Amino acid sequence: MSAFDVHRYRVDFPNLNISVHGKPLVYLDNAATTLKPRCVIDAINAYYVTGVANVHRGVHYLSEQATAAFEYSRQVVRQFLHARRVQEIIFTKGCTESLNLVAQAYGRQFLKSGDEIIISHMEHHSNIVPWQMLCQQVGCVLKVIPINDQGEIIIEEYLKLLSDKTKLVSLVWVSNSLGTVNPVKTMVEAAHKKGAVVVIDAAQAVTHTPINVQDLDCDFLVFSGHKIFGPTGVGVLYGKEKWLEAMPPYQGGGDMIKTVTFAQTTYNTLPYKFEAGTPPIAEVIGLRSALEYLQTISWEGMRQHKQELLNYGTKILLSIDGVRIIGTAKDKTSIVSFVVEGIHPHDLGTLVDREGVAVRTGHHCTQPVMQRFGVPATARVSLAFYNTKEEINILSQAVKKTQVVFQR
Amino acid sequence: MRDELYQQTILEHNRSPRNFKKLEGATHAAEGYNPLCGDHLWIYIKVNPQNMIEEVSFEGSGCAISKASASMMTTALKDKTIEETNLLFDEFHKLVIGQLKPDQQSNHLGKLTVFSGIWQYPSRVKCAVLPWHTMHGALEKVKTISTE
Ligand SMILES: Cc1ncc(COP(=O)(O)O)c(C=O)c1O
Repeated sequence: MSAFDVHRYRVDFPNLNISVHGKPLVYLDNAATTLKPRCVIDAINAYYVTGVANVHRGVHYLSEQATAAFEYSRQVVRQFLHARRVQEIIFTKGCTESLNLVAQAYGRQFLKSGDEIIISHMEHHSNIVPWQMLCQQVGCVLKVIPINDQGEIIIEEYLKLLSDKTKLVSLVWVSNSLGTVNPVKTMVEAAHKKGAVVVIDAAQAVTHTPINVQDLDCDFLVFSGHKIFGPTGVGVLYGKEKWLEAMPPYQGGGDMIKTVTFAQTTYNTLPYKFEAGTPPIAEVIGLRSALEYLQTISWEGMRQHKQELLNYGTKILLSIDGVRIIGTAKDKTSIVSFVVEGIHPHDLGTLVDREGVAVRTGHHCTQPVMQRFGVPATARVSLAFYNTKEEINILSQAVKKTQVVFQR
Repeated sequence: MRDELYQQTILEHNRSPRNFKKLEGATHAAEGYNPLCGDHLWIYIKVNPQNMIEEVSFEGSGCAISKASASMMTTALKDKTIEETNLLFDEFHKLVIGQLKPDQQSNHLGKLTVFSGIWQYPSRVKCAVLPWHTMHGALEKVKTISTE
């Protein structure tokens, strides 16, 4: 056993105490959304109970307090990503909105007919569809890097796709359906050699590894608060200042302007230019609390613990007759997608749920991955640092019980 | 394991589905797809000049619920008139959303009442109704049915 004391942290998550169908909850769906520690819930509560006010708008005490808390959260996110300047941190409503923002505000400004965009075969739909929409709007072309049978990007194919026509590369860092960790740093370098900008979808990476956007040198990076122990409804777009400055606003409204007349409107400076309307204030404050909470836990401890869970979970699942794992990359995060012979993933999901075990079943918003591996869907176990080997044992028992039901 | 849903009849139809084939000489056919599960099936129907369903068959892949539902539907609809079929469609629909209690209300569902517990599994109701919607679409000459 590692020195990581998982029970010390489990008490921080009230959700871990609930029962489902009379059984203790075994929550193994962290890639869909993570549970929230009490401090996050308390921070949101505190905003509504003692400090509710709009930001950037009032001169009264509460409004100033809210503005300060909101802007301090931006500082915390900047530190978390190791961004150079706080102006480079834009709050959005999630990863999806961040990607759409880049596609529309950067894409429509800088891409034109015949230009090429590269994505990989393992992208989440939110990193496919915005680019398809952009292609329809400006006539650029979407190219897809193939993946191998282990679920890894085929780097040679990526290098072949890169050309002077490539204007933008958008890549998932850690795949939500396969668990693959992509070598994004070398991929960013290769793209930059061709003069293309790179967008990194860090939705699953934020809980896998510390992030330094300056070292990575990506042009944009996006993530969602709810996948990193924070609330839903808030996400982040990091962008290099030079690009954000050069981009037109994404949406128009309050806060994103300096002056408005019917003849002419001047836009606000960064980051406000991209934050039209009242932002999700409570959620931003909650996200900050989640990031501060994470700072109290050692990355190395979490990494080792999750690696052990991944190894153990993989071994236990493979020991069950008829189980096949989809996604066997060398470099993987603690996500295991699998299928059980003769049992459709949805039937499996419903039956293990009766045992209190929450796993995701379906295509995980990555239909091209399912097509690549010739399965309609998979069951997916995604483990957070608060999960335990005992929980994996309960899953394994539940899978075996399902097999018994199906053999009746 | 509490598995009101996965009763013997359903598991058995999943294992050996009836009328699981393409139907030669079908007068009606439609494709049904549920993007959420990836359930994907084709329903074939042969209606005779007297407006009676002579035969129904299906092909495709899906979860146990959708497969068993399709299989049981093909046997239930054989020799039914279009009016009787529409009535069954309506009753089955009410059954799976919990609006028809077969032990309290008169109905024509027969063995199909094994699906009476499914309303407690809202995410699975779509699996059970996909074959029925597809069948209905086929009779109405709709080519592709999607339930989400
Ligand atoms: C890799 C990846 N990218 C993007 C997203 C989209 O995130 P959201 O739905 O929070 O916008 C997800 C969430 O499922 C994801 O796993």
